[in-house]
Amino acid sequence: MDFRYTEEQLALQDTLQRFISRDYGFEQRRALTRSPLGYSPQAWTQYAELGLLGLPLPEEYGGLSGSGVDVMLVMESVGQGLLLEPYWSSVVLCGGLICDAASPAIKQAILPQIVEGKAKLAFACYEAQGRYDLGYVECSAARAAGGWQLSGKKSVVLDAPSADYLLVSARTAGARTDVEGVSLFLVRKDAPGVSVRSYPTQSGGRAADVELKNVAAGEDTVIGSVGQALNIMERAVDLGVAALCAEALGIMVALNQATLNYSKTRKQFGLPIGSFQALQHRMADMFIATEQTRSMAIIAAINAPSDDAAERRRAVSGAKAYIGQASRFVGQQAVQLHGAMGVVDDVVVSHYFKRLTMIDMTFGDADHHLGRVSELLR
Amino acid sequence: MDLKYTPEEEAFRAEVRSFIDAELPPDISNKIRLGRRLHKDDFVRWQKILHARGWGAVMWPKRFGGAGWNVVQQHIFEEERADACAPPQLAFSLRMVAPVLMSFANAAQQEHFLPRIITGEQWWCQGYSEPGSGSDLASLRTSAVRQGDHYVVNGQKTWNTLGQYADWIFCLVRTSTEARQQQGISFLLVDMKSPGISVKPIITLDGEHEINEIWFDNVKVPVENLVGEENKGWTYAKFLLVHERTNNAGIGMCKRGLKRLKEIASQQVSNGRSLLEDSRFRDRVAQVELELMALEITNLRVLSASASEQRDIGPEVSLLKIKGSEIIQQLGELMMHALGHDALPFLHEALEAEWMADPLLAKHYPPYAPAISGQYFNLRKTSIYAGSNEIQKNIISKLILGL
Repeated sequence: MDFRYTEEQLALQDTLQRFISRDYGFEQRRALTRSPLGYSPQAWTQYAELGLLGLPLPEEYGGLSGSGVDVMLVMESVGQGLLLEPYWSSVVLCGGLICDAASPAIKQAILPQIVEGKAKLAFACYEAQGRYDLGYVECSAARAAGGWQLSGKKSVVLDAPSADYLLVSARTAGARTDVEGVSLFLVRKDAPGVSVRSYPTQSGGRAADVELKNVAAGEDTVIGSVGQALNIMERAVDLGVAALCAEALGIMVALNQATLNYSKTRKQFGLPIGSFQALQHRMADMFIATEQTRSMAIIAAINAPSDDAAERRRAVSGAKAYIGQASRFVGQQAVQLHGAMGVVDDVVVSHYFKRLTMIDMTFGDADHHLGRVSELLR
Repeated sequence: MDLKYTPEEEAFRAEVRSFIDAELPPDISNKIRLGRRLHKDDFVRWQKILHARGWGAVMWPKRFGGAGWNVVQQHIFEEERADACAPPQLAFSLRMVAPVLMSFANAAQQEHFLPRIITGEQWWCQGYSEPGSGSDLASLRTSAVRQGDHYVVNGQKTWNTLGQYADWIFCLVRTSTEARQQQGISFLLVDMKSPGISVKPIITLDGEHEINEIWFDNVKVPVENLVGEENKGWTYAKFLLVHERTNNAGIGMCKRGLKRLKEIASQQVSNGRSLLEDSRFRDRVAQVELELMALEITNLRVLSASASEQRDIGPEVSLLKIKGSEIIQQLGELMMHALGHDALPFLHEALEAEWMADPLLAKHYPPYAPAISGQYFNLRKTSIYAGSNEIQKNIISKLILGL
């Protein structure tokens, strides 16, 4: 056992901190949330130059073959800086899935583009009535000349508006919640038959509902084996969820700091409000929740790549359940302790709170993941 | 960053496990397995067995006869110890007074006391709280007045855990009332056989005699039993509390408790199926399991950080204490609720090792049942002792958050 970060990891963290304080201030970020794109293409280029876009991807495709802990460090900073760029969707989730399961041809075609910042991806996996069930797939893939033809609807596809490619789950066999018969396709977003209805999300990012009408997908766009994609989707989602846990951690650390600073400067009854015990104990509880969150985020980061599905689920769903609850507590209390300053759009606290809220509900909320851990209990 | 045990650590675990398997007397482990009453001799026998192996004090450095183990090794040992149902070692001796002696006592005191502590020859208890001084410990009033080569001690200590067995007590006493109250406290070692000491039991809500009042009536204590400097005792007292709390997370005990809870819940039947298949109950178990999963890593992170930075452990232990006490309380609560109405009988005689249920009762009343509700009641102490959890939050606010 070893709980230290390497020199390289500490340097990476330092680089990201400097980038955020120099190039990603609150007003800059707020302007980005209101811009048509919803993120900064310049920042995306900088991430490519820093090597972040290839961090978890293999060296043979231009990446750095980084570990789960490396990704954790980046995602903590993504949280702290409330970075809007689709790093998580493109690099961690879709990049991770392609590394894990795609053909060499797809890897060769896509991964270097991700690393260089030339292509962005989004994961079109959920459907309107499916809630957090990846196996709920009504979208169909029918045999057609030269491959497949996709038709159906995908809902709330995060970062779809900025994506060049979509990873689309579609049913090639079976009924809509069958485990077997789910397949995964790499689809260009500008392919004929793909339409996208974009909207902003709670935290200022972008998502879209996607409709596919007789979209042609060649045999070479299938990722993994036909009908057997659920497993690889779950593995990718576990990587993604572990990264979200780290992002939540970064936000909680930042919120605690902001709350602490506020409580030391804001005066009422002639005293800093941080001198009142009711508030002190709340902040102690927020600190404890955040330290426990860090431990869970580490557990998730280290176990998410595991081949043992039960071990992975216990770690990743355990972390997501725990952090969902802890982040609700820290987020709500940070707003509470800021008083009315907590509920205005001009102060960063509300933005952190909204991002935390959204993370809890992304790819399964605390109840969903607690249920998954509970089912494994023995 | 790596959460896997190294091959060396795994080998170490195997060594600890096989030693405990071979040497732990079955009569002791059976008592613990069934929650039966432990007596002084059980603790002392186990301490002597460990000492004979060189493991009498796993948290002490080698130069004082300890095992000199690192944080991970100590963690493994505690896990294996708890899982095998071996008794905990006496914290008052090994984790409280001993580190104070190592850091602040003179060589003569160290040479006299430490060897007697590690062999189990001396049983120590803690003389901190007083009737008027609980959370506000520094207001303590038990006085020690210097008269020639003695102090004369008068006053009352309370909540002295297992003080009925103690050979010695380490006491915070007031040696001055002139400056701030923290500056008039001294740390004194008192022989429990001294004339003028009387011990009175306090029976707790589980019906057990675990804690005591200790009265001092003109007790003469040789001046050489003062630790460190007169009126500097508050510094040593706080140092001791931090060391006490390093094991307050009680990860090994919590893991054992969780395993026990699952065993009990899987044997209890609710609506014709195992209670563990009732999702409402199982989710509550899962919730505690997650909290413990996190605390295990938090505990190791905190302890490893101080070790690798070569500094003494700091106020972070307060968080371990709060979480550890909450988890063990929740486990106790769930175990009791798992029993359903079989938690209602309250049979003191059933806590003795040789107790057997009569046939009518035995039909529904499992042998592990008698201890469970008493444990639930007893465990309320964990969020109160060693500095209440509210005091721990004050410490976090002040020393970590800077409020």
